[in-house]
Amino acid sequence: MEAINSRFPKAKRKGNGGEQWRAALFLSPSWLLLLLFFFVPAVLTFYFAFTNMALTGAAAANTQFVGFQNFVNMFQDATFRISVGNTILFLIFSAVIGQQVMGFLIAFLMNGRNRVFRSVVGSIVISGWVAPEVVCAFVWFAFLNDTGTANAFIQSIGFEPIAWLYTFPMVSVIIANVWHGTAFSMMVFQAALGDVPKEVEEAAMIDGASAWQRLIRITIPMISGSVVTNMVLVTLQTLGSFTLIYALTGGGPGNATETLPIYMYHQAFVNYQLGYGTAISLVLLLIGIVASLLYMKLLKVKL
Amino acid sequence: MAAKKRILAGTVAALTVFTAACSGNAGTNGTNSTEGAEATSAAGATKTVKVAYGKWNETDNWGKWLTSVKADFEKANPGVTVELQPIEGSQYATKIPLLMMDGKTAPEVLAEDSFMINADSEAGYLEPLAVDAWEDWGKFNEGIKAAVTATDSKVYGVPFSTDVRGLYYNKELFKKAGLPVPWEPKSWDEVLSASRTIKSKLPDIIPFWMNSGKAGQEATTMQTFEMLLYGTDDELYEDGKWVTQSPGILSSLNFIHTIYSEGMGPKMSQVLTAQAGQVLETDLMPNQKVAIVLNGNWLTGNWAASGSKPWPEALDVYGFVKMPTEKGQAPGFTSMSGGWTLSVGAKSTEKELGFEFIKMATNEQHNKEFAMLDGALTPRTDVAADAEYTGQPGTLYGVAAEFITYTHVRPTNANYPAVSTSIQEMVEKVASGSLAPDAAMQEYAKSVERTVGADKVATK
Repeated sequence: MEAINSRFPKAKRKGNGGEQWRAALFLSPSWLLLLLFFFVPAVLTFYFAFTNMALTGAAAANTQFVGFQNFVNMFQDATFRISVGNTILFLIFSAVIGQQVMGFLIAFLMNGRNRVFRSVVGSIVISGWVAPEVVCAFVWFAFLNDTGTANAFIQSIGFEPIAWLYTFPMVSVIIANVWHGTAFSMMVFQAALGDVPKEVEEAAMIDGASAWQRLIRITIPMISGSVVTNMVLVTLQTLGSFTLIYALTGGGPGNATETLPIYMYHQAFVNYQLGYGTAISLVLLLIGIVASLLYMKLLKVKL
Repeated sequence: MAAKKRILAGTVAALTVFTAACSGNAGTNGTNSTEGAEATSAAGATKTVKVAYGKWNETDNWGKWLTSVKADFEKANPGVTVELQPIEGSQYATKIPLLMMDGKTAPEVLAEDSFMINADSEAGYLEPLAVDAWEDWGKFNEGIKAAVTATDSKVYGVPFSTDVRGLYYNKELFKKAGLPVPWEPKSWDEVLSASRTIKSKLPDIIPFWMNSGKAGQEATTMQTFEMLLYGTDDELYEDGKWVTQSPGILSSLNFIHTIYSEGMGPKMSQVLTAQAGQVLETDLMPNQKVAIVLNGNWLTGNWAASGSKPWPEALDVYGFVKMPTEKGQAPGFTSMSGGWTLSVGAKSTEKELGFEFIKMATNEQHNKEFAMLDGALTPRTDVAADAEYTGQPGTLYGVAAEFITYTHVRPTNANYPAVSTSIQEMVEKVASGSLAPDAAMQEYAKSVERTVGADKVATK
């Protein structure tokens, strides 16, 4: 955003009056669309979070402004606290650690290998990513359910079957999400690694730097911009992840995999409390913003 | 300059169209529906009656019944098309309010679970029905009429089914385990001790099955929790307040906890999914893998010749007995009754035709057809007296009449649907062992208080 804002005054100073008008005219449809489909809903969401809007009952016919009541309720609600915890757990292990590390590892190991190897490995990883989330959920359900492939395998080597989705629900959804999302990180890192100049690495090699030193001191610092961009994108994708968890476990058993989007859905569409659900979505947005700022601060990079 | 003007004019024109389209979206439903009506009448004098209903399983008995009504209705009303809109059962509760909200999608006729009538009529989704001018109305059971009359004393739905709940028990498994047949438990302890016997004598059999998860929705609230609670000295809603903490709630949760903590219930992966009901009815029970089942009379519909799992011997294998009260206290037994109604969407276009459709769908002939297809109990006194209906083999009409004398109905309160989801959460937490019964009750109390307000809750 900063970059866009700082570019505008320049254009203004350069152009004459007529050009400005023409630019405004050509831009107006896109601004209008943004206003209508982005800004208005965003403001409405913000407003609804402070109402008792409901899907049925008297509040559906007559929605009232209730101030901060939704937020007060939220912080007194044990399920909300559990789902914030679940969201953070899911985020850290599936996105920040799982997808990033796996993605980097695959990209790094593929870097400089022959084309056949790259395209075979690449397309296998990407197949997990191009599959729609609900398909991923079915794949993992087929693998993990009571009579699924995982149990057929462990039974064939003499172990008792395990109800994976009920015994290890969070681990199951995290693994499924890593499987689904790793390809994205892999592609970002592939592009970034391709841009690291060979000369720098060669120079380091001549100076006697070990492979590990080259990775830590040269490669990673040189792609740190991509790391942050990727981290932000992956975080936002994972924060909003709904279909995969909903189709695999529905947030259960109990609240074991109830992340904020699932909790929001339950409150808004199962419990019929739209206003409360909207308030939860604001908190979700807030977590996304805070996490993004944190990454930039930690890694001292500007987007 | 001319070019610039043209662009400007074009933009303005585009803008006007755009805003007009948007205001049309946001406009009142009344305007839209009249426009819609004019458009359709101009197109050749056809009117459409949309009928939304739940498709609960592949058998789709409701669909069979409504298809037959559709044929008769279209014959009787030339120029009218009936459009059936089946909605996946597990999504029904979420999708139906979303359909009813908007004039463009509101169905003329919809299947409404009677417990939603207060909430949906207060939301302005349902049209009051002029039942007094309808001669058949006198033929409906008076007790059931109360469940479809909202707090404003208007009638918002015509009932087409009712039901009772109790315990199914497998006579063959009981004999194998050395338990008495016929079985008539007098208290929860007797139910638990029979389950323990099954567990020790027949380790491969699931001793006790009940709906226990959020995915089961209202089935978990009504078939499990309320069947227990209304057998204690407490109820859900007393003297205008929701009782959120009571010895009865705690006993009910302890019963659930005992079943699962002693390994007498089904696996979580079997019972917490949306398919749990179907697995029970078409696999676990017909294949005799479960000894006692807390559920409703309509399960027999699956085992009828037209059902998804025809099983003529079902009721020779499974007996259906009354659920005892907690300690056998008077009146000794308990049951819950609900039922479904057909209602008219307040924001729909052809409301009068909608009511006409309902009258036909619930007339003597079609209601009997439905009751016999679905295994449901009829709310009509004339059908209830029909020899073909009562004499139908493989159904529970005979015993159900006795159950109904012990029955309870759910609170008719607009907040009931929201409270019900809190109950489902509480039950799932206890069943899955993620919370102890008292902690689950406290969380439930907070959750209900949040929904209904602190002045509407009580502790006993």
